[in-house]
Amino acid sequence: MASLLILVPLLGVILLNLPLRFLKRLAFPFALALALIQASLALFLPADLWNRIVVSFDGLGNFNLTVDRLSIVLILSIAIVLFAALFVGWFTIQDEKKRFNFINLLILAVIGMNGVVMVRDLFSLYVYLEVTVLASLVLISLDRDRDGLEGSFKYLILSTVATVMMLTAIALLLMTTGSTSFSEVAAALKTRPDYVTTLAVAVFVGGLSIKSGLVPFHGWLPDVYSSAPAGAAVLLAGIVTKATGIYTMIRLVTAVFGFTPQLKALLLFIGAISIVVGALAALGQKDFRRMLAYSSISQMGYMILSLGTGTPLGIAGAVFHLFNHAIFKTQLFVNAAAVEEQTGTHDMDVMGGLSARMPVTGATSVVAFLSTAGIPPLAGFWSKLIIIVAVWVSGYHIYATVAVLASLVTCAYFLSMQRRVFFGKLAEEFQSIKEARVGILVPEVVLALITIAIGVLFPYFLNSFILPMISIVG
Amino acid sequence: MTINLLLLMALTITALGSVLKKDLVKAAIALAVTSIILTILMFRLASPLAAVFELSVCAGLITVIFMSTISLTKPLTAQQEEERLHSRAKHFASLPVMVIAAAAVLVFVGIPTNFILPPAAPAGDVRNVLWNERQFDLVGQMLVVLAGCFGILVLFKERVKTTRRAGAAWMRAIPPTAAGDKFNNGAQAPMKDDEVVSETVPFESVGRKT
Repeated sequence: MASLLILVPLLGVILLNLPLRFLKRLAFPFALALALIQASLALFLPADLWNRIVVSFDGLGNFNLTVDRLSIVLILSIAIVLFAALFVGWFTIQDEKKRFNFINLLILAVIGMNGVVMVRDLFSLYVYLEVTVLASLVLISLDRDRDGLEGSFKYLILSTVATVMMLTAIALLLMTTGSTSFSEVAAALKTRPDYVTTLAVAVFVGGLSIKSGLVPFHGWLPDVYSSAPAGAAVLLAGIVTKATGIYTMIRLVTAVFGFTPQLKALLLFIGAISIVVGALAALGQKDFRRMLAYSSISQMGYMILSLGTGTPLGIAGAVFHLFNHAIFKTQLFVNAAAVEEQTGTHDMDVMGGLSARMPVTGATSVVAFLSTAGIPPLAGFWSKLIIIVAVWVSGYHIYATVAVLASLVTCAYFLSMQRRVFFGKLAEEFQSIKEARVGILVPEVVLALITIAIGVLFPYFLNSFILPMISIVG
Repeated sequence: MTINLLLLMALTITALGSVLKKDLVKAAIALAVTSIILTILMFRLASPLAAVFELSVCAGLITVIFMSTISLTKPLTAQQEEERLHSRAKHFASLPVMVIAAAAVLVFVGIPTNFILPPAAPAGDVRNVLWNERQFDLVGQMLVVLAGCFGILVLFKERVKTTRRAGAAWMRAIPPTAAGDKFNNGAQAPMKDDEVVSETVPFESVGRKT
């Protein structure tokens, strides 16, 4: 079943591009069906069916894919963000051909990310990472304007640096352990830890930090997020940095590298710095999307901080926060797209009082920012609580205090954003704007409902979703 | 050992040449020569199939693609070349110094080589391994090619651009904001409401000017 998540969209992309007139109109329904089916599979398919081989003629289709609970969380997040990005892209791009290209590239990026979360081999991980990056690059430069091309170029260069570091590490590990599959490398690392494997692990973690946009490698993130077109920004911020960076870090640290004291200390430190730098930098931003980008950096710091504790509760917290972040950050970027389309600007100082004309966007934005800041009873509160409890219980009291204080700063900059953009007096030039189109309202409302549902129904999720996550840690 | 060293030095020189040369065609040819030297190195490391792939893809296919792309662009004027050279020298002057310092440190400390495993018996014929054990990577390869095709379509296809912006008629009446007119991307003169401007936008007018 796992291989179908790769093969069916691939077949779809190939078929959609056959030179038949009516196929262009099938692009949007096909992508929508993909998103809905992937989400339902992630939620309802029993675990043993995932790993059963469904497609295999003659030895073809015999992929080495394994799906465990961590992969299922990511598959669900990918499906939800695909849904949101699809709607935002379809309704903000005017040109027909560009819309068609956008859908195709979106599906390709999603195939790449599905591959990343299901492989159990270092080299296949690299290949599918590259697929995702390539599709994202083209998505960022879809408008062919100066900003988009510049952002795409920055992403290309820094992503290439990151993949070169990862390839070097894979080569070193292949030399010393003789294989690239997760289980064999993990076994070999346990029996012969020496300075070369430590170097390989360090270089790999460095490459992954660049990919996740953690401090001090976060320079590209605000520029790229603010220069991408609306649909691409939703996809990038919602899932690409997380699936390629944070998920890979969690998977490799738990399944391959193991929690050595040095690695834990490194992760805790990087996480804490990212939280602080992201939060402080977001305070001073005037551009709506740049503020959201720095906020992303801060939230990813939380995930890495929680991962650095090495305890099962910490890992569960990191994964839950990853999922919640996918939901609320996508929500915020969809709102940003709606605001930009109606007002035509990113600058928060110019906007004001938009809530009078865009009530749904304003309300869902409040839900998203309360969730980010960790206010009960929304989803973000529970994941932040688990993270802070995990860090405190592991004995890192200072880090836990830093995390709590940064939460206050998060609340501060989001409140300031909300006041500047949505509340206050409606500026003169915006008297005639209307609420965002239905196409953009749909993902806004759906995402907000998911946030509220997860927050309020959390005790149910605790037993069925979160605690079983602990089984992925050996 | 000496031959390997000479080959590696030649590799570094041609790679540097491909990055530093002003003329793009010469840079693409330098890249092809780099790939040829890499092919020779791979032959010497006893992997002929990898060497053949490298030669046919990088020295052959990539050079063809680069040449066709370069033929779509305008060359830099003499003044732009001057500026580019100066900014390059300013930014990267410290790089050769750092490389030589790092090399000196490594020579002094000595590069350890005792971690390399003895070469394991090859698990099987490369073709066997590729088709039976690495199928997923081949699918990934197909995806990369597809994504690349879409990239070329998106970035290089000429299209007719109509510049009547939907909805924001008020925008043309006010001057750009202090924070920079990002959404407009520096559109200059304000347009009338129902003026439709159609123009073909070839690649060279986007992003090539410094």
